[in-house]
Amino acid sequence: MLLKRIMAAGAVSVLASSTAMACEIGARVSIVGNEFPAIQTVGANAQKCTGAEVKTNLTADHQKINLPGMQGTPAEYTSAIIANSSIVALMNEDVIRPLDDLVAKYGQDLQPTQLIKIDGKIMAIAFMANAQHLMYRKDILEQIDAEPPKTYEEMLATAKIIREQGIMENPIGGAYAAGWNLAQEFNNMFIGYGGEFFEPGTAKPTVNSEAGVNALNMMKALSEYMNPDFLTHDSNATNAEYRAGNVALLNMWGSRAATQTTTDGVTEEVKNGHAIAGPMTVGGGSIPASTLWWDGWTVAKNISDEEAEATFIAMMNGIRPELMTDEEVRTQAVWLIKGYQPSDAAVGVFEAAKMGTTPYPMLPYMGLMHTALGNELGDFMQGKESAEQALADVEAAYIAAAKEKGFLQ
Amino acid sequence: MRHKTFFWFFLPTAAAMFLFIAMPIVSVLIQSVFTPHEAVLKEVETCTPLVGCTTETTIDQEATSALREAKPLGRFVGLDIYLDRGHLAVAEVAEIWRNSDSLGAFFDRLGNLPFYRAMGFTLTFTFLVTPLVILFGLMVALAVNAVHARLKGLVIFFSLLPFVITPLIGALVLFWMIDSRGIIGSAVQWLANDPGLSLKASSGMVWIALIVYGVWHAAPFAFVIFYAGLQTLPKDQVEAAQIDGATRWQQVRYVVVPHLMPLVTFVALIQLMDNFRVFEPIVGFNASAHATSLSWAIFNDLGGETRQLSSAAATSVMTIIGVAILLSPVLVRTWRDFKGKT
Repeated sequence: MLLKRIMAAGAVSVLASSTAMACEIGARVSIVGNEFPAIQTVGANAQKCTGAEVKTNLTADHQKINLPGMQGTPAEYTSAIIANSSIVALMNEDVIRPLDDLVAKYGQDLQPTQLIKIDGKIMAIAFMANAQHLMYRKDILEQIDAEPPKTYEEMLATAKIIREQGIMENPIGGAYAAGWNLAQEFNNMFIGYGGEFFEPGTAKPTVNSEAGVNALNMMKALSEYMNPDFLTHDSNATNAEYRAGNVALLNMWGSRAATQTTTDGVTEEVKNGHAIAGPMTVGGGSIPASTLWWDGWTVAKNISDEEAEATFIAMMNGIRPELMTDEEVRTQAVWLIKGYQPSDAAVGVFEAAKMGTTPYPMLPYMGLMHTALGNELGDFMQGKESAEQALADVEAAYIAAAKEKGFLQ
Repeated sequence: MRHKTFFWFFLPTAAAMFLFIAMPIVSVLIQSVFTPHEAVLKEVETCTPLVGCTTETTIDQEATSALREAKPLGRFVGLDIYLDRGHLAVAEVAEIWRNSDSLGAFFDRLGNLPFYRAMGFTLTFTFLVTPLVILFGLMVALAVNAVHARLKGLVIFFSLLPFVITPLIGALVLFWMIDSRGIIGSAVQWLANDPGLSLKASSGMVWIALIVYGVWHAAPFAFVIFYAGLQTLPKDQVEAAQIDGATRWQQVRYVVVPHLMPLVTFVALIQLMDNFRVFEPIVGFNASAHATSLSWAIFNDLGGETRQLSSAAATSVMTIIGVAILLSPVLVRTWRDFKGKT
């Protein structure tokens, strides 16, 4: 009861400044998704609908529960909020339905760029974009008379000066926590060096390449300027270091840009010095060492058409264009919704798109590669083995997993 | 008890054990010898925001669903998963054996394979934490037993705290304390006079921290058991020892410990099982770059963007076998005692 009241209060406060529109649904809606402010807004607004129950389960562990929760008939979750990496797991198991008919009927407010089309069919509705890009302290850079780095080589040189002048001991921040984060940083750098993860059209890995070795060596060089605990620092811990004024340069998620200086405990220096720029390139390449992401929602396959329709209507209410007039909602993300006016915090992600940043690969076997990278690169980062050995381990671990899942024979 | 009475008495327990223990184990065993069907891939056009349309590879659902319907369990692969690189890695071990000139090099390269890396830490953890827990538990129990009666309640409460705290929370507390900006981390830097020193960056230090956490967390469990045992210690035996002129140490060594021996076996049994399944501290400490365990491997298989059910199932079966091997000496002894009685 209390929980319900708290949730209702939260939903009301989010919506305080925008007028709730009538939204009538005729069947149950149950939403599962990640947990950050923009997604909470979408969930809370989907719950504004009346006529039937709208449940949400927004948690950082959504990836562990969305697939099992959609495999039954009827599916427990009628909608999963996903990103371009996590839609693959749902596609692999065939648990989401094409949305073309529902888009034709109820999708007047959608922009063409919001439609995620796979094999000609609309499989998801995107509502926000994301990318990792540079955040930096302009006061520190002014102090040493340096420009914000455009490449990782410049980042290293700038960090060297900051350390040598005794301004900061470890001026670079990076979410290098062993596991998903470390693998993601490798992906960025690998793409920046022009690497290809797989032989085109097959699941054969090709990360043990010159680009892979270069990427690892650059990551090692960067880590020399990081807090020595870097292998345990995820995005939250890295941001904490930045907010505490211990870090001057970091590659960070655009979705974190708006809240970077608004949290409790951020020092005045960081608040005033905080600045954002586009992603960096590496090794003389022109493609940024970063990946482009979108977040969107899907509708389950194993539910009745009435439930699918209700889910679509409720989710559309969660991303309706009127929300963009609410200043708090507007600054929560780089929205893809009609009528969105980019805020200052959105500069990095738009710059990333303009520079031609590669989207995170939507391949059925990329998740296995990501896991293998996260598990096997820690040894190299600790200096326990060579880059070649680490990448050979990655490929071996990936091949074992891909054989199990039937992607390789 | 008559056989018939025993049967009806035991039936509810047997039914619950069958449902909640035997069935899941059978299910895991089956999952570990089947894998998903070979994926039929096709190239399709994919359109996404800010990028436009590109050609991507995806799974051909029509072709795959026919395969799935014909054989819902997937492909039967026998022991393939158990033998692959993620588990026993038979082929890789054989190759390392052929190419290593010394035992040291062999074990060094063995630690590069996920299963052996996990076993290396798990066994070290198990065989250090278990005896230390028993030792500290006994020491605390003896100390608390000697405390004035009016203080006992309070002392027992505080001694139990580490065990009461949720394991993950306890691990996080210690994790933040050993951070290079935490209280213990800074203290160690100050003591060593090395501002760059990081407890979290060195595998050895992380292992020590995990073991300290393991002992800290489980010692109260041993303490409570031993403390209860101490209450049943016959006074006359202790007094007899005192009259014979036994020192405090001799009383403990020759009267108290033999009296508690069955409890020591019990605690050792439970601790061997628990420590072999070490998991929470590894997650809490973000320690997967330095230390892994079989339970962590299962978590990792199921937590990725693409779940590896067969791999997790195989690791689960190997965990059960590992626990059985660890407990076998005690189980054999219990069996002998049982045979001796009949």
